[in-house]
Parts: sequence; C-alpha cells; structure tokens
Amino acid sequence: MTRFVAGRIGFYTLIAVLLAFFTIPLLWLATAPFTSDPTYEVRVPDFTFENFQMIIDHPYALWSLVNSLVLSIGTALLVVVLSALAAYALSRVRLPGRDALLYALLLLSSIITGTAAMVPLFQLAIELNLIDSHTGLILILSGGLLPAAIFMIKDFMDSTPKSYEESARVFGASPLQIVAHVVVPLVRPGLATIAVWTVANVWGNFLMPYLLLSDVEKQPAAVIMYTLYTEGGQANLKVLSTFGLLYSIPVVLMYLFVSKKYGFRFHGGIKR
Amino acid sequence: MAAIELRGLTKVYPGGVKALDSLDLNIPDGEFFALLGPSGCGKTTLLRTIAGLETATGGAVVIGDRDVTGIQPGARDIAMVFQDYALFPHMDVTDNIAYPLRIKKVAKAERQRKAAAVGARLGLELLMDRRPGQLSGGQQQRVALARVMATQAQAFLFDEPLSNLDARLRLEARTFLKKLQRELGVTTVFVTHDQAEALAMADRMAVMEAGHIRQIGTPAEVFQRPANTFVASFIGSTPMNLLDAVVRSDTLEVAGCKVPVPASAEGLLVDGEKIVYGVRPEYMSYTAEPADGSLSGDVVIVENLGASHLVTLEVADVLVQAVVPEGREPELGEQGFAVPRRDRALAYRDGELVSA
Repeated sequence: MTRFVAGRIGFYTLIAVLLAFFTIPLLWLATAPFTSDPTYEVRVPDFTFENFQMIIDHPYALWSLVNSLVLSIGTALLVVVLSALAAYALSRVRLPGRDALLYALLLLSSIITGTAAMVPLFQLAIELNLIDSHTGLILILSGGLLPAAIFMIKDFMDSTPKSYEESARVFGASPLQIVAHVVVPLVRPGLATIAVWTVANVWGNFLMPYLLLSDVEKQPAAVIMYTLYTEGGQANLKVLSTFGLLYSIPVVLMYLFVSKKYGFRFHGGIKR
Repeated sequence: MAAIELRGLTKVYPGGVKALDSLDLNIPDGEFFALLGPSGCGKTTLLRTIAGLETATGGAVVIGDRDVTGIQPGARDIAMVFQDYALFPHMDVTDNIAYPLRIKKVAKAERQRKAAAVGARLGLELLMDRRPGQLSGGQQQRVALARVMATQAQAFLFDEPLSNLDARLRLEARTFLKKLQRELGVTTVFVTHDQAEALAMADRMAVMEAGHIRQIGTPAEVFQRPANTFVASFIGSTPMNLLDAVVRSDTLEVAGCKVPVPASAEGLLVDGEKIVYGVRPEYMSYTAEPADGSLSGDVVIVENLGASHLVTLEVADVLVQAVVPEGREPELGEQGFAVPRRDRALAYRDGELVSA
C-alpha cells in the first residue's frame, strides 16, 4: 500500500515537473507583454500597455501580421482546393503506379526541405520574376505542402463509398455537382484539418519569406520578429514578448474555432 | 413508365472477363422482374449496365422506345436503389428524398413539399428531420425507396434491396416492396441471390449463370419446370433430387429402382439412353409400405422444416430426399418408399430439360 502511494506521488511529481517545463514559457508569454521592464523571469505583471503602444508605433509590426494572414490564408485556399481535386482524381481513377507516385512525392517533399531547396528555389523565383511577390511565395509554399496534403486528403476520399457518387450520378448530377454536393461535405473534417495545418505551417515559416521577400513592407510576422532588437543588438524583450503574444493569438483562435466546428481528424471514415 | 429491352448485350471487363455474354431480354412495362443467380454470375453487372454505370461492350439497352446504350445514367430516366442504400449521411431525410429534384432544379419549397408527400406515403412523416445515421435499416430502406419515387422515373432498379435487413424484417420488407411496386406500376428490375426472394416478389425472373441467362419465366414456371439442371439445383429451398437414370422402354431405372417416365418426357426418350431424372422433394410422397414406381431405401437423416420434415433415404448409395408432413415423420433406419409425382417429375438430357 505504501509502495503504491509512493509510486503515485512520484508519478504525479514527475508529471508536474514536465508540465512546469512547458507551462513556464507560456506564462512568460502571457505576463511579459504587460510588464514595463520584462526579463527572462516570469513575474507578476504591472499591467502596463506601453509595450503594445510600441508595437503600434513600429512601422512594420502590424502590417507584418496582415502579411502573415494574406500569405497563410492564400496558401491554405490554394492547397485545399488543389489537394481536394487531385486527391479525388487519384482516389477514383486507377492509374498504374499511382501509389508509388504518391509515396515518391511525399518522400521527396519531406527530404528536400527548405534549406536543401533554398538555392534552386531562389533562382527559379528570379527567373520567373516572382521575387518580392506574395503570389510567388504562395505558389512556392503551396508546392511544398501539396504532396503531404494530397496524401492526407486521399485517405478521406478513399473511405467515402463509391455508391454515394453513383447514386448522385444516376439522379443526373454532373461531376462538379457530385463533388460539391456529396464528396466535399463528406470530407469536410479532412479539408478543415488540411487548412489549419497549412495556415500553421505558413504562419511559422521563416526561411522562405526571408529568402524571397526583400521588401520589408511585404515581410510576414515571422521575419519581422527577427528584426526586433535594441540598438545595442540585444533582443528587445518588451517588443519581442508583446509581438510574440500578438503573433500567437490568431493561430490559437483558429485552432479553437475549427476544433469546435469540425473537430480534427487525420484519417478518413464517415461519421453517419 | 416504360418497357426495358436488351439486345445482344455484352460486357467484357478489361482483362478479358466476359461478365455478360450477348443477352437478350424483354421486360414489359410495369413488370416486377428479378435477376437471380449465384454471386459472380453477372446479375449486378447487368443491372449496372442497364443503369449506365457500366458501359456495354456490345449490344443495346432500350428503355421505352429510346436506345440509351451510349447515354449517361442521369439522362436515362431511371432511378436506382443501391445495396447500401447510398443515403447521403450529411443530409436529413427531406434533403435526401428531395435530392433528385434539386438536380432537376425544382424550387426549394416545391421539392420540400414533394419530399414530404412521398415521405408520408411511406410512413416517414416523423423522421423527416433525421439524418440517415439515426434511422434503423428498415427506415433507411424506405427513405431510399422514397428517393427513387420522388424522381418519377420510367423504371426502377434495385440492387439486392433486402440483403441489408435482418432476417425478420426481410420478410416484412418483401411483402411491402411487392405491394408498393404493384401500386406504383413502375417497371422494376431487382437483383437478388436469394431464390426465395425472387420467387416471392417477381412477376417474372431470369436465372443467370456465368454471364448467361439460363431461364426466363414466371416463378411458377421456373420452380416447376426448370429448363436445365443448373436452374433445377439453384431454385427451391430444398434442392431438387437429380438422379442418374437409364431409359428402359416405358420405365426409368434409377438407383436400382423402377420409376415411370415423367409425363412431360413421354414419347421423347430413346430406349437405353442415359438421362438425369429430377424431382423435387416436395413432389415426393413418402410411405412406409412398399409402393409401385417408388424409390426405396433406408432413412438416414430427418431434418425438421417446421410444418414438415425433410427425409433423406439412402437408395443404393444415392441420396434421395422427400418432404413429409408433420406427424408422419419416420424413424431413423427404417425402410421407406418415396413415390415421385409423375406429372411433376422431369427428365434432363445433357443438362437440358426434355419436353415437347
């Protein structure tokens, strides 16, 4: 009995330590923006808003959040639409070597990540005159995310019975009507998951925008954050913490909204 | 409403599998027609080819007076109930029933009114706001039926309409379907692998095997006079006795016993030829006393069928079955005599029925 109790106490202590490890940075993020002189410690804030004023006065900070929104929502739209259409076709048409193709794409897209593809992508963007353009960046980011997105969505498509579509077809529905009326509603949780995953990916992506956008006015928050230093070259914790808080709020809100509305699922299957 | 006609319909799958081999079939307007056969015989392929979900390799499908062979399923003016009913899980019952009307661009108020009317006819009034997942199997089936009724199509196609119901409900649904089809009077083709279902519901039926139609006829014709030994062994809840026989002038020698030549084959058999003698257990009368023209042997198995018993006799190493009414069942091991009804017995030469 005592051994059992001791075991329990040990278990919960371990959990508490682990939790503290993850909680402290979050606590810091929640308190430091409201502290007039933040350090690396977590302290009870004095509820000042002057840090936020500094962000508002910053020439690029707020715009960079708008840029982040444009880039991530644009990429998410493109990825969702293209991956849904591609996955539907791949799921319904029997092509020789289809699965091999999918796995190869997935594998290549995860091996050749940003750093490895940095130089060729930069050259490609220059050749295509897509440097310093949000459209260009959205295209390149979408290209990187599409293989994984198609792979995930195809699983959802595979698990929708063919008879639903055939039934609609016999009633006279056109292929686009079938997709709109039957397929998309059935895979909606999958599409929501892909959209959120894309937004989160783009939101946190530093390398690609840093590489392809030289105009400060076009740079997203992830890149601007990198410039928030004092004149002495020290990290400016006042601005950095405040900006960090503003930077994380949209993503958290999105997670909460989508999770409530659709629920996250990473595999197919129909809830009847 | 329209008749359905198939002319030399052939379907060859890539890889060379011949699912349908030059089928000809006429289904008159308003008929309830069954496609019956074991799994893999091509009956579902045939139904899907009529629907247009499979393209015919050769031949023609004519619905009404229109050749629809090359036409898309949606333009054939037919409606289909799928084996799993294919109700859209994200739509409620009203939207499901109204879906064909939505495709035809009927205004929303009008299609909801129509859906409500059809739903009410099938007793779905209280379920109209539910999703398919909240319905029982029987209710789902009625929603699927309501949905095809809402189309007002020229012909209905049902793929195994009863196979997703449990045994008890299946009998009720059988009666219900037959009554509904009679009331609507729409030409209806259904596929089943259950011979009892086909016999019970259909006006006429086609028995299929390996891409061929082996017999077309009313349930009574198919049951009483199977055109070949395949149909004979496939139809009937107790399999037909199919026994090797040799013709001896006006009698047949079957497993060492002498039985009279079947009435239907009288004068058509050649002395000394080998045939297959067929008689259903239902058309055998069993007696414990020696009788003329009977098959005699020892009782080896007695199976209870409810109101009757299926008695198996061992006649010179051949098993012969007879149905015996309740209260008259014999003891195991006793000697018994099975007298076939001469007017119901059949003779098969090379697997085909011998008849005038």
